[in-house]
Amino acid sequence: MSTVDSTELEAFRQDVAAWMRDNKPADPGFLLPQSFMEVGSEQQLDFLREWQHKVWSAGYLGMAWPKEFGGGGVAAAFQSVADQEMARAGVPICFNVIGLGWAGPLILHRGTEEEKARYLKGILTAEDIWCQGFSEPDHGSDLGNAQTRAVRDGDDFVVNGSKIWTTMGNFARYMILLARTNPDTPRKYDGLSFFLSPMDVPGIETRPIRKITGEYGFTETFFTDARIPADCLMGEEGEGWKIAMQTLQYERGAEAGAAGGLAFVRTTIDDMINELDGLTRDGEPVLQDAQVRDELVQLIMAEKAISLGDRRNRINALNTDYPFSLALSRKLRWTEHTRHMRQFAIGLQGAAGSLYVGDNQARQGGFWQRAYFNSFSATIGGGTSQVQANIIAEHVLGLPK
Amino acid sequence: MSYIGNTDMSFGEEQAMLLDVANQFCREQSPVSTVRAQLDSDTGFDADLWQQMVELGWCGISLPEAYGGAGLGMSAVVPVLESMGRSLLATPLLSTTLAAQLLLRSADSSACETFLPAIASGEVATVAWLENPDWGDTEITSVIDDSGLLHGAKVHVADAAVARWLLVPARREGQVVLAVVETSELAPEAIVPHTLIDETRRAATVHFDAIKPLTLVATEALAQSMGDVPLLGALLVAAEATGTSAACLDTTVEYLKTRKQFGKLIGSYQALKHPCVDILNNLESSRSFVYHAASLITDGPLEHDAEVACRMAKAQATDTLLHASDRAVQFHGGMGFTYECDAQLYIRRAQWSRQQFGDALHHRKRLAALLLD
Ligand SMILES: Cc1cc2nc3c(=O)[nH]c(=O)nc-3n(C[C@H](O)[C@H](O)[C@H](O)COP(=O)(O)OP(=O)(O)OC[C@H]3O[C@@H](n4cnc5c(N)ncnc54)[C@H](O)[C@@H]3O)c2cc1C
Repeated sequence: MSTVDSTELEAFRQDVAAWMRDNKPADPGFLLPQSFMEVGSEQQLDFLREWQHKVWSAGYLGMAWPKEFGGGGVAAAFQSVADQEMARAGVPICFNVIGLGWAGPLILHRGTEEEKARYLKGILTAEDIWCQGFSEPDHGSDLGNAQTRAVRDGDDFVVNGSKIWTTMGNFARYMILLARTNPDTPRKYDGLSFFLSPMDVPGIETRPIRKITGEYGFTETFFTDARIPADCLMGEEGEGWKIAMQTLQYERGAEAGAAGGLAFVRTTIDDMINELDGLTRDGEPVLQDAQVRDELVQLIMAEKAISLGDRRNRINALNTDYPFSLALSRKLRWTEHTRHMRQFAIGLQGAAGSLYVGDNQARQGGFWQRAYFNSFSATIGGGTSQVQANIIAEHVLGLPK
Repeated sequence: MSYIGNTDMSFGEEQAMLLDVANQFCREQSPVSTVRAQLDSDTGFDADLWQQMVELGWCGISLPEAYGGAGLGMSAVVPVLESMGRSLLATPLLSTTLAAQLLLRSADSSACETFLPAIASGEVATVAWLENPDWGDTEITSVIDDSGLLHGAKVHVADAAVARWLLVPARREGQVVLAVVETSELAPEAIVPHTLIDETRRAATVHFDAIKPLTLVATEALAQSMGDVPLLGALLVAAEATGTSAACLDTTVEYLKTRKQFGKLIGSYQALKHPCVDILNNLESSRSFVYHAASLITDGPLEHDAEVACRMAKAQATDTLLHASDRAVQFHGGMGFTYECDAQLYIRRAQWSRQQFGDALHHRKRLAALLLD
């Protein structure tokens, strides 16, 4: 990786911080998504589209992508700084995450020149929203068993089947689609192919699914003799599993290349502790309760251990035992920590912990309640925590399947 | 306000070199058979092996060159202890390192000149920290009388029987001082060995009946160092426990890869697999805390961040070892219940480590005050 002058980065940080301060949108008066998996209404969509476009126009998105495809052509370190400042400023998310974070880097790293020219810029500008068609009603964790069929017919593939939990399926222009082109391979994985599929062709229908929070954000997606052009196939027929696994590496944060931008409203232990003002237990400030204090210390330690792990991960001599352990466990650890912390935060509210978004007495408008529910999107999506544990057990510890 | 705070992590060339050397040395010189051979010996360690460690310079790693040490500071001792923990190699190194630090940090230059070069070249010293089993009770009742004689008793004095010098906190006219006692001044029955749960360790109750100390340290820096050195002790025990947890996890995983039941390797059962992942992740946390703490400690008084780091390292590492060793026994089935199975060595070590320099609850209680008040 190229090194970047630290004073230059620092100056850049000031610039971004100032820009974010000046351009942070006012409260729109409706609930904004806490993650890209929560975009449920046209109102939210329009708002977020405009915001992402603005961030891109200012030069704070896709900074490390090549200029010819709408990127900034500078070192990735700049984007990291921009992302940190977005998080710090508490601005809205850059919601086109499946494009920015997964499909984009995939196309950048293994797409043809034509694919790069066709897709990358629209991802950055938020003109083209992307969705991911991997999971099916009967095959979620067992993704390699996906059964949606794609059959070559002249210049098209004809697709039949259904996908589910398609985040932003009803808003997307394109889908990264995993479908079975050969049902007869001895290994189930070898019959899969990967498509950069349009969503606006006849035969593709989406039906929004209401979520645990009461909001919308994902769909069931039905394919009925949907014809997609043959040049939507990425790589070769039968390479679908390999490409899907590469995509999941981006999704789980194990491989770099993302365009950047804030994908989640992150909550840290600081956010939680700094908001305990006025909460009491036994009539005393909650921070004076011995049990609560012990729990808080454990949460602080859990979060600090993850940060320290990120630091240690860069020191090879300290990673000799289980070389990929820190990188492979990060998703599991961070998402489980977040879930646990948000659940605990609700518990500190006393009876107010039973209130939800919409009640005018809910603390912070029910932020933590909604955030707790939303935390499962990350412990389930992208490979469940249990499946992550299997991966770590098998690939790091070498335990049998 | 950030509750995560400092996340420094540095690892110098000397540390890397020591980690390599120590790993290799402990692997070669301290296989489990060697560890087991010492379980019922008087001293708990092999004298030749100890002599080799002395010759490698390990007793003086943290001491300034002026006192015959290597001048690398305490952070360089951490990888050595981690390696020793991995091989369950118990020697007086931990005790004598802490005793040397207590003298060094108390800054009585004549005591330093008298004892530190000798410690660096292998004379063993140990600190008599406790008068009762409570690490949180810092009350000291041992006294130096008007004729300068020491009276009192200390419990859980690590390596007392092999030490040449005991460092004994006591009160003289109400003030805390540190008496340095030559063990040859004590009657043989004054040192009463404990029967320890961890058979690789040695500790004793020591009675002092009108004993004349070699010297009394009564510097201004003593109070601070009496607070700091137990934190260094906590860190070294954490480093050691981290190594032991890694060895313990390896032992368990190895068994899970070879033992079959119901026609399958037991390692394929998630009820065994997933707890191993939890242990691995906790082990990674332990290691991160330990090396973070090692990045923050200096020869000077411990700052807030360093104290936080040492306490977190101890709270994390010994809880991790408790969990790892507890599951090691369970996951070996009937075999795990035997004396022959190495799981017993780990679960015994875990109980010992937990109780050195305060357990996890002890440290988290203090962390709460350091972080939340
Ligand atoms: C908010 C959200 C957004 C999503 N967005 C998308 C999207 O845009 N595109 C997309 O393709 N998918 C998406 N998903 C789907 C997600 O990837 C799947 O839900 C996930 O992979 C789990 O599959 P499943 O729902 O079929 O659950 P199942 O696989 O049926 O799992 C049920 C339970 O069984 C456990 N389990 C399953 N297999 C094992 C095993 N081998 N060992 C141990 N435990 C096991 C799981 O951990 C889980 O607890 C989204 C999910 C959520 C929650």
